[in-house]
Amino acid sequence: MTAILPAKSIADRLTTLFWRKPKLLLALLITPPLLWLGVIYLGSLAALLLQSFYSIDEFSGMVVREFTLKTYGELLRPQNYDIILRTLTMSAAVTIGSVILAFPIAYYAARYAKGRWKAVFYLGIMLPLWSSYLVKVYAWKLILAKEGILTWAVTQTHTNFLLDAALALPGIGGNSLSTSYIGMFLVFTYVWLPFMILPMQAALERVPTSMLEASQDLGATSSQTFRTVIVPLALPGIIAGSIFTFSLTMGDYIIPQIVGNSANFIGMAVYQLQGTAGNTPLAAAFAVIPIVIMLIYLSLAKRAGAFDAL
Amino acid sequence: MRSDPNAAPLSLKIAAIGGLLFLHLPILLIFLYAFTTEERTYAFPPPGLTLKWFAAAWERPDVWQALSLSLQVAFAATALAMILGTLISAAMAQARFFGREQISLLIILPIALPGVITGMSLRSAFGLMDIPFSTLTIILGHATFCIVIVYNNAVARFRRLSGGVLEASADLGANAFQTFWHILLPNLGTALLAGGMLAFALSFDEVIVTTFTAGQQATLPIWMLEELIRPRQRPVTNVVAMVVFAATFFPILLAYYLTRNGSETAGSGK
Repeated sequence: MTAILPAKSIADRLTTLFWRKPKLLLALLITPPLLWLGVIYLGSLAALLLQSFYSIDEFSGMVVREFTLKTYGELLRPQNYDIILRTLTMSAAVTIGSVILAFPIAYYAARYAKGRWKAVFYLGIMLPLWSSYLVKVYAWKLILAKEGILTWAVTQTHTNFLLDAALALPGIGGNSLSTSYIGMFLVFTYVWLPFMILPMQAALERVPTSMLEASQDLGATSSQTFRTVIVPLALPGIIAGSIFTFSLTMGDYIIPQIVGNSANFIGMAVYQLQGTAGNTPLAAAFAVIPIVIMLIYLSLAKRAGAFDAL
Repeated sequence: MRSDPNAAPLSLKIAAIGGLLFLHLPILLIFLYAFTTEERTYAFPPPGLTLKWFAAAWERPDVWQALSLSLQVAFAATALAMILGTLISAAMAQARFFGREQISLLIILPIALPGVITGMSLRSAFGLMDIPFSTLTIILGHATFCIVIVYNNAVARFRRLSGGVLEASADLGANAFQTFWHILLPNLGTALLAGGMLAFALSFDEVIVTTFTAGQQATLPIWMLEELIRPRQRPVTNVVAMVVFAATFFPILLAYYLTRNGSETAGSGK
């Protein structure tokens, strides 16, 4: 028998082995990526968690590698507590702003854009989503600067009073747009808007036209149809989008550093504490907050069916 | 009664197109500012137009150094992500097994959690293990969050690919490696390339994780960030912003054209 068959190469033998034991092939495929993600990524997250239970010696400034809850206690200090509250408020505001701005774009793209326009909308949403984050922030610095295009536009149209009124608002106003919460809110909303549009559009595309027609046939006005049919059906998509806008705003530290009144945010606190201050344990404890909040947020979103809309 | 139920109300049309313009006009401004003659401020309209900042940027060794580091990191991270992403998508596509859900969560986690967490985690780990910062530590971070991009593109193509062609190849006497080379790879090709393009764009532009893993080295986005915080050479920064934009724009466009005819199109999730 063996004389008839050509000699088997290693490749052929391995093929036979994979055929007999498909689990072996699976294990070979999955081991390298799992090792990478498991060791490097999960290992790093574990290191972060470990660091947050260390503390810093107030006299020497050295990290004491002993288990303590003292560092988490420091988060409750008024100045640290303020940072957390401010970050969460901004994240919520940006999420609401994105929902309002995203809806018409997503609705038009899902229901009315056909053929060529469909491609225009697709690229029109995807390109800003992927294009350079830093360049986008930079563009807004140019726009919001005191001598920039926005000031020029309001001067040309004689609407300075509107800008001045916005800047005079207590709390969120400021010297110029680029040093106020309003400016920061604008930049955040601009940068994360595409992350809201895409899941919203996906959810709206799945709303059957027949339901809208049925609603109209049964005598509903267009605002009633909007409130009782479209919004509830689009809700999973809106929640899926809010996961991104909320999480991305909460962790960002570039925008509050470049636009705004130098008020501190969670991301900035993490960056400064581990860098100039050298207080890695407190930085780690700050970084654990977004993880915990996002885990709660994700489990609530899962219950609302948001993952089917992704 | 509406006259035509298939036509959009005018207000919706205006809001939708206004929204698209809101997304694009700010980026166009970057191009204008790269040519302005104004050196100290962001004055609009520009007092005059000039090409001299391109020459000025060309002669800056720090810009060239940052660009070369960014390219090195992006190529290395993309290559690693393409290998690891393809392997894991092949495994996830071919079988249901215990822990599959958990693994898919693990793949998206680096991009689902804010970048500051990935960065801070890596920094804690490097700190605890006394690993010095280098080009390698930057690549390590970038490859980790690029895997999911390649994975997303490849796994969608695997789902569309029928298992029949692989069986046919085996029936005709091809061994596993021949099937991979002649059947699987040509079918996966454009999806992998699109994933690679997007991963490259993401890595080239990344700044948040990089600030935590770079030490003293500056990639092009870090160079830009420093200029944003402490402006020294505004006109040169404008030119660099344009280069960074172009370096991410073309790979994204290419990824779109590579996959636009399929049921799945690259870039619908970041």
